[in-house]
Amino acid sequence: MTMPLLTVNQLVKHFPIRGGLLGRVLDKVHAVDGVSFEVNTGETLGIVGESGCGKSTTGRCVLRLIEPTSGEIWFAGRNVTAMAPDELRTMARDMQIIFQDPYASLNPRMTVAAIIGEALTIHKLTKTLREYTDRIVDLLETVGLSADHLRRYPHEFSGGQRQRVGIARALAVNPKLIVCDEAVSALDVSIQAQVINLLEDLQAQRGLTYIFIAHDLSVVEHISNRVAVMYLGRIVEIASSRDLYTRPQHPYTEALLSAVPIPDPGFKRRRVPLQGDVPSPIHPPSGCHFHTRCPIAKPQCSRESPALKPVAEGHWVACHFRG
Amino acid sequence: MAGSIPAFPTADSRRAAPGTSPGAEAWRRFKRHKMAVASLALLLTMVALVVFGPLLWPLAVNDIDFSARLQGPSLSHPLGTDDLGQDLLARMLYGGRISLAVGLAAMSMAICLGVTIGAIAGISRGALDAALMWLTDLFLSLPQLPLLLLLIYLFRDSLKAGFGPEVGVFIMIVLVIGGFRWMPVARLVRAQFFSLREKEFVEAARALGASTARQVWRHILPNALGPVIVAGTIDVAAAIIAESTLSFLGLGFPPDIPTWGRILYDSKDYLDFAPHWALFPGLAIFLAVLTINFIGDGLRDALDPRRVL
Amino acid sequence: MPLLDIQGLKTHFKTDDGWLHAVDGVDLSVDAGETLGVVGESGCGKSVTAMSVMRLIAMPPGRFAGGQILWQGRDLITLPDEEMRRIRMKEIAIVFQEPMTSLNPVYTIGQQIGEALRLHQGLNRREATERAIEMLKRVHIPTPERRVHDYPHQFSGGMRQRAVLAMALSCSPRLLIADEPTTALDVTIQAQILDLLAELKAEFGMAVMLITHAMGVVAEVAQRVVVMYAGKVVEEATVHELFEHPRHPYTQGLIHSIPRIDTAATRKVRLETIAGSVPKLIEPGEGCRFAPRCKFASAPCSAATPGLRSVAPGHKVACILDFKL
Repeated sequence: MTMPLLTVNQLVKHFPIRGGLLGRVLDKVHAVDGVSFEVNTGETLGIVGESGCGKSTTGRCVLRLIEPTSGEIWFAGRNVTAMAPDELRTMARDMQIIFQDPYASLNPRMTVAAIIGEALTIHKLTKTLREYTDRIVDLLETVGLSADHLRRYPHEFSGGQRQRVGIARALAVNPKLIVCDEAVSALDVSIQAQVINLLEDLQAQRGLTYIFIAHDLSVVEHISNRVAVMYLGRIVEIASSRDLYTRPQHPYTEALLSAVPIPDPGFKRRRVPLQGDVPSPIHPPSGCHFHTRCPIAKPQCSRESPALKPVAEGHWVACHFRG
Repeated sequence: MAGSIPAFPTADSRRAAPGTSPGAEAWRRFKRHKMAVASLALLLTMVALVVFGPLLWPLAVNDIDFSARLQGPSLSHPLGTDDLGQDLLARMLYGGRISLAVGLAAMSMAICLGVTIGAIAGISRGALDAALMWLTDLFLSLPQLPLLLLLIYLFRDSLKAGFGPEVGVFIMIVLVIGGFRWMPVARLVRAQFFSLREKEFVEAARALGASTARQVWRHILPNALGPVIVAGTIDVAAAIIAESTLSFLGLGFPPDIPTWGRILYDSKDYLDFAPHWALFPGLAIFLAVLTINFIGDGLRDALDPRRVL
Repeated sequence: MPLLDIQGLKTHFKTDDGWLHAVDGVDLSVDAGETLGVVGESGCGKSVTAMSVMRLIAMPPGRFAGGQILWQGRDLITLPDEEMRRIRMKEIAIVFQEPMTSLNPVYTIGQQIGEALRLHQGLNRREATERAIEMLKRVHIPTPERRVHDYPHQFSGGMRQRAVLAMALSCSPRLLIADEPTTALDVTIQAQILDLLAELKAEFGMAVMLITHAMGVVAEVAQRVVVMYAGKVVEEATVHELFEHPRHPYTQGLIHSIPRIDTAATRKVRLETIAGSVPKLIEPGEGCRFAPRCKFASAPCSAATPGLRSVAPGHKVACILDFKL
């Protein structure tokens, strides 16, 4: 069995809330509260959850764009969390990220060529101007744009095209892993499909590994091999995308699946209603974070936090009563 | 967000020619402001006049001619004469150079100082930022005019001795005016840095492996300068007025240097029978400041970050 | 007679490059008590249509370039401002996507719900507060007696949307226009709000015009559906008919480009895409707006703009081709 490409072990991220005269730490946002998972080469791990669950923070911590509070991140056998800034900068050639907002993720004052070529400049990946330009044109064509677009500025493009530029930028360094942080969420439905297909094609052509973070469960199920469901900073269930849909174990997963709208008016759905709103990550509930809204909660749930336990091959659940 | 459009489609309806840089776009938007464009033309005319005028106008600046004193505008003296019979047009053209140069230099100093301090504060967190903001607040709460007078009193003579009367006073005035105008710029730049620092394209640069210096120089600073440029134009106007005020109080340049403020100062005792003497410099200061303010208005809309981003 | 009957509506905006034909000849109607889904992607004109009905378009830069908006037989476009104000919120109410922008952060929820009541029904402050508490109960906000004195920032996203619904329904309107009401919400909260909407609709007996880009939401909630593209209506049918027999190539493309969670999980099917992107609507010429992206387009498609024609009872399509899928 080959070693996984990425291993995340007990990742924790707390954001301090400062206030008062001298900026003392008043409280903490428990954004990520002990998350562990592995990603194998060539696969797509989907991370899904609602707002405040910590999925975006997790994605950024993997690249150390946000510094983890504690925990370990291992990439291809190297400890990313222990790296010094210089070494970390070289990791940028292995791990990249695509952002959600096509309007905010491109510098409006740089040409498309400069945006895509920046990584080439920083890491001195090309030697001549000719090589540099050829490489950029190649990337543009790979993502479905053309050499005509070299000297254009972001404001001249549509949202879908900008996202393609963002993808080309991430590909410039030939990374092994790409974190897609809500990469298609801000796009129109028909453009979403184009970009999803592009991402899948690139994965097949280049053997890329993806961590696909989104709140749209249908999209995540479509593109991922395995899916992790997060709630208030913790993973509550992780399984293959098929198993997650056909045999959900965690009550939150069940509720989530039942809430997803299906474009079929004849579809008979059984709604598992969830009362109330997501609690604040500043004061998460004790024990199992989900117990305040869980239909099967018992007293034990508010005292003890359930650990992720296997219920079947490759299927893990964090619940006292399921698995 | 997918599916949400503003009720009034704005930026996306633009049909810019390919390769239109944000600079060219800004210029195009600027041109739509008739007042701003007219002001720009007028200001450029004034600059051309003060730069080339003294070279072309035959009358000297301090030719004393008592027979022609306090004359109104005439063919030989288009702007009239003062109490020593000196030609006002020549004096205005020559003095204009100084007034406008002071404005420009003071603004440049304020901008440079303000951007540097604001950028350092904006990119650092914690102690350094707090210290720089404390310094900014300190300067903001100093009483400007009394301090100005004090500094002039203390350093005027030594600067004159060191650099010569004209240059020395020029340096002093620029330092003193610019030194009191950098604070709003610093605050502005710092605020811009705070907001830009969190923008995804800066995060993307960091993800690509860009150093902090590169993030600031290539990504944050170019996008932060829009409001700074607008503030800069206002600074020029304010500096011109400040210099004029100092000269009017008799504290600016030496009496024989005819800055517009100085000419106003000289004319104040003769307002009854030689109003033209005060009218022209006053009008010149007024026009310079007015045009600069209109240009600032035009720039503000042209460089509006909401449109470009 | 339909409650709301939009005929040939044209709403255009003046821009630097010419007139933007945001809504360019839209025919749409809502009957009493029904839920009409208006679906389309960004730039199709669905939001502008809703704002036109409410006469909330800023003029300039907008203007009505043609058509009528008949509310129970009266044309809203030509109605004097005073009368339009009486119709707004009292007979036609609207809720938007971002509840935070519909709510004024410096007034309490109770004051804002009460504002419409005091304006239209002349209630005094105490009565208005009581009615506000009643409305909060109906939208299932817990402890409404306390929450009525809270400020918007003390509510979560889902609760704010409930409060906005309470505001909209306080005067018992006959039509509720909901413009992407759940797009900004988490999916479990979205489910709650959609359920609430169905409940309120039954309780108040009102019609709902639900605007969204999500086909899944439309399938769940709507009875009839109108599909919009580039400022025009391209298809209109009952919800079952639309999903089972979509006739317009755009509708077909839209349905097939969405991943369905049940099929996505069990068999990975590559998504179909619609090539290209939405056209710019500055002074568009004649011809079908979708033709540049349409797999089946031919010369006559670009020659003349197709109108809506009936292909089956209750099913209209704006396409010259005849599909039977």
